[in-house]
Amino acid sequence: MHLLVQSIIVGVLTGGVYALMATGQTLIFGVMRVINVAQGAMVILAAYLSSSLFSSFGIDPFLSILITAPILFVLGFTIHATFLRRLRPEQNELSLLIMFAVALGIEGVLGLAYSTTYRSIQTGYVNRSFTVAGYHVALVRLLAFGLSAVILVGLFLLLNRSRFGRSVRATVQNPTSARLLGVEPTRVAAIGFGLGAATAAAAGAVYGLVYPFNGGSHYDLISRLLSIVMLGGLGSLGGSVIAALVMGVAESVVAANVSPIWSSFTFFAVLLAVLVFRPRGLFGVAQRGAL
Amino acid sequence: MSNLLDVANLTKRFGGVTAVDDCSFGVEEHSITALIGPNGSGKTTAFNMITGYLPADSGHIVFGGAKMSRPRPAQLARLGLCRTFQQARVFNQLSTRENLVAASQPSWRQLFGARSTAADREQADELLADFNLSDQADKLARELSYGQRKLLEFAAALVGSPRLILLDEPSAGVNPVMIETMERHVRSRHAAGATFLIVEHDMNLVMRLCDPIIVLDQGSPIATGTPSEIQMNSAVLDAYLGA
Amino acid sequence: MTVVRRAGLALLLTAAVLVGFVGVTHWIMNIFIFTVMYAGLATGWNLVGGFAGYTSLGHAAFFGIGAYAMDVTFEHHSIGAGYVPFAILPFIGIGVAALSIPLGWIAMRTRAATFAIVTITLLFVVQTLAFNLKSITHGSQGMGITPPPFALHTYERPFYVAMLAMLVLALLITWYVQRSKLGLALAAIRDDEDKAHGVGVHVTAVKLIAFSTSVAIASMIGAVWAYYVLFIYPQFAVDPLISIGIVLMVFLGGKGTLWGPALGALIVVPAQQYFAYELGASKLYLIAYAGLFLVIMLFLPQGIIPSLASWADRNRHRRARTLSGGQLVSPPLHELLP
Repeated sequence: MHLLVQSIIVGVLTGGVYALMATGQTLIFGVMRVINVAQGAMVILAAYLSSSLFSSFGIDPFLSILITAPILFVLGFTIHATFLRRLRPEQNELSLLIMFAVALGIEGVLGLAYSTTYRSIQTGYVNRSFTVAGYHVALVRLLAFGLSAVILVGLFLLLNRSRFGRSVRATVQNPTSARLLGVEPTRVAAIGFGLGAATAAAAGAVYGLVYPFNGGSHYDLISRLLSIVMLGGLGSLGGSVIAALVMGVAESVVAANVSPIWSSFTFFAVLLAVLVFRPRGLFGVAQRGAL
Repeated sequence: MSNLLDVANLTKRFGGVTAVDDCSFGVEEHSITALIGPNGSGKTTAFNMITGYLPADSGHIVFGGAKMSRPRPAQLARLGLCRTFQQARVFNQLSTRENLVAASQPSWRQLFGARSTAADREQADELLADFNLSDQADKLARELSYGQRKLLEFAAALVGSPRLILLDEPSAGVNPVMIETMERHVRSRHAAGATFLIVEHDMNLVMRLCDPIIVLDQGSPIATGTPSEIQMNSAVLDAYLGA
Repeated sequence: MTVVRRAGLALLLTAAVLVGFVGVTHWIMNIFIFTVMYAGLATGWNLVGGFAGYTSLGHAAFFGIGAYAMDVTFEHHSIGAGYVPFAILPFIGIGVAALSIPLGWIAMRTRAATFAIVTITLLFVVQTLAFNLKSITHGSQGMGITPPPFALHTYERPFYVAMLAMLVLALLITWYVQRSKLGLALAAIRDDEDKAHGVGVHVTAVKLIAFSTSVAIASMIGAVWAYYVLFIYPQFAVDPLISIGIVLMVFLGGKGTLWGPALGALIVVPAQQYFAYELGASKLYLIAYAGLFLVIMLFLPQGIIPSLASWADRNRHRRARTLSGGQLVSPPLHELLP
C-alpha cells in the first residue's frame, strides 16, 4: 500500500511535466493541425541549453528558462515560417514528416555540439528530498510540478482571457471566418508554434534536472508524448493534461509495482485500449465537416 | 403499397442541440419522395444517419425488410441503397469511367481480377453515354466541371441499379440546364423502377418532381402530403416563414 | 511498344542480377545490397503508403520482427547453414502477415497523421519488446547467427540475389495490384474513403490486404538482412530511421507509381552510404539526411516520376494541339507511367 501511494505521488509529479510537454504539442496541433513530432527533440535541445548555461555561467536551470524560452520561441517561429507556412491544414501528413526531419536535424546538431554520452544537470539541490507523512518527495520533482502548474495556468489564462487567446481559438475553430474577423491565421499560427516551442524550454530545464539525457533521448519522449496527446484527443488542452497525469501515474505505478522495464509499455497498452474503443481519444470530439 | 424504407425514431444530439428529434417517416416503394424543410431543420443530419455516415443516438431504420440500428454505408450499398452528397463527391484522381467501375461492387473474386474488364467498360460507357459524359470518359474526374461531377456522382450511384437512391440537393450549385438534365434522369430511372428520396431547396423542382413531400422542422416531420397539400398546409408556412 | 518494354524489363533484370556477379570490393557490394534492400522495402511500403494513402511509419517494426524471427529460428532449431535459411522466408512472411491483420485493423481505424502516429508508436512498442523480452531476443546484448560457409570473395552474392528476389516480388505484386480491382479500390480509398464506403467498396478488407502484404514484404527483407549482418540489436533492427528512410525514398521517386520507390532508393541509398563514408557515422550525416529530407518534402513532394509524367503530359498536349488544332483527349495518367 505504501509503495502504491508512493508511486502515485511520483506519477502525479512526473505527469505534471508530461502535461507541460504535451500542452506545447497540443497548442501547435491546435493552431496548425501539425503533429509536432519534434517536440521531444525541442525539449532535449532546451535541456542541453539549460545544462550549458548552468555549467558555463552557473545559471540555475529554473532561471535559465528565461533565456531558453525566447530562443525556442524564435526557433518555433522560424520553423513555421520556413517549412510550414505554405502547407494547408489537410496536408498534416507532410507536416508530420517535415517535423520528423526537423527532429533528426536537431538530434544531429546536438550530437555534433555535444557528445552522445548521457549527461544530467547537477545542481546543489538535485538530490534533496523531504518526507511527508512517511512518503518521500524529491524537491526537484516538486519544483518541476509547481513550475508546470504555473505555466499551464498561465497558458490557460492567455488562451481564455487575452485578445491573442481569442484569435487562437478563432483560428482553431475556423480559419476562414477568423480571417473575416480580422485575425491573421498565419501570424496566429506562427506565434502559437513559437509558444508551443517555448513551453519545451521549461520542460527541458526540468527534464534535465530529473533524468539523464543525450541527443537520442527525444525518441523516448516523443513516443510518450504522442501516446498522451492521442489519449487526450488531439487538440484538446484539458484532455492532454488529464491524459498526461493518467499516463504519469500508470507508468510510475507499473515501474514500482511490476518492473521498471515495462513502465514505458503502459503508454502503449493504454493507447491501444483507447484506440480500440475510442479512436478519437478520450476527449476528442467528432470533427465536424468530415462529411 | 409497402414502404421500401422506414425511419423510426431517429435522434441525434450535437452537444446541447437536438438536430434530429425522434424522427419517423416512410418512403413508399416506387415513389419520388422529397424531404424538405428550412435551413437547420435536420435534413442532412437525417440523411447521414439513414445512410450510415453518422451514428444515431437512438432509433433505427428498416430498409427492404432489414432492421438496422447501426447501418453501415457499404452494407447499404450492397442492399441497394445509394446516395449522393451535396458537394458532388467523386474520386478525383480516377478517370470518369473508372469512377463508375469503382462503384460496381465487385465480388471477392472480381476484386482480384482485372481493374476494368470489357464488361465493366461496356457498362460504364453505356451510363456515360446516357449522361452525355462519353467525351469525358478518360479525363480525370477533377478535370470535369462542377455540374459534370455532379452528374458523374449521380451516374455512379446508379451503377448497381439500386432500389433506393438518396439525392442530397441535386440542384445545388448547378445551372438551370443541368437541373433539367438531373430531373430527366430522375424521371427515367423512376420509370425504370427506382425509388428516390430527395433533399432539395429548389421548391419549383420539388413541386414538379416529387410526391409525396415530407416537411421537417426542428428535427422531426411536421407534415406529409402531395405538393398541393403541402402548399396549403399552414404549419409548413409557419415553419418556413418563422411565425 | 510492349515488346520493347518487355525486352527492356528483361534487360534490366539481367543487368540487376549480373551486378551481383561482377567482382567488386566488399564495400561496394555492401552498397548494392543495401540499395536493393531499401528498393524492396520502399516498393512494399508503397502498397499501403502510396496506393492506399496511409503513411505508415511502422514498417521498421515489421522489418525488425522479420529479423528476429530469422535469428530465433536459428537459435532454437537447427535449420542448417548455407542456403537453407532462405527457404524459411515465405513462412516468416506468412506469419507476419497473419500477425499484422489485427494490428492493421486497429491502426487503420485512424487516418492520415493519426495513423502515422499510431504506427510509429507500434514501432516503439516492438523496439521496447526487443529490449525487454530477454529470454527470446537477449535484449541489448543482441542476437547472432553463425556465419554461413560461403566463399569469402563471393560472400555477398547469395544475399544480393535474395534481396533482389524480394524486390522483384514487391514489384510484381505492385504491378498486379495496379492492374486489378484491388488497385482501383485502393485508389478510391485514397481519394475519399467515406465515399468509397458509400459505393460499396470493401474498404476494410482492401486496406488490410494492402497492409499485411506490405509488412510481410518488409519482414522477409528484415529476415534476409538479419542473416546478412549476422548480429542484430534492438536499436538497429527496429530503427525509426529505417521507416523514415523508406518514406523519403518513396516520396522522392513518386508515391503510388510502380518504379518510383525503387528509383528513390537507387538515388538515396548510395548517397546515404556516401555521406556515411565521407562524414563518418557522425551526426553530420544525420543533419545531411534531415536536410535532404526537407528539400524533397518542400520542393518535390510529388516525386520524380509523377513530375516527369505531368511534364510529358503537358508536352504531348502542346504537340498534339499544334498538330490537330485543339481538341484532344488526354491519355489517363496511369498509361503514361512506366
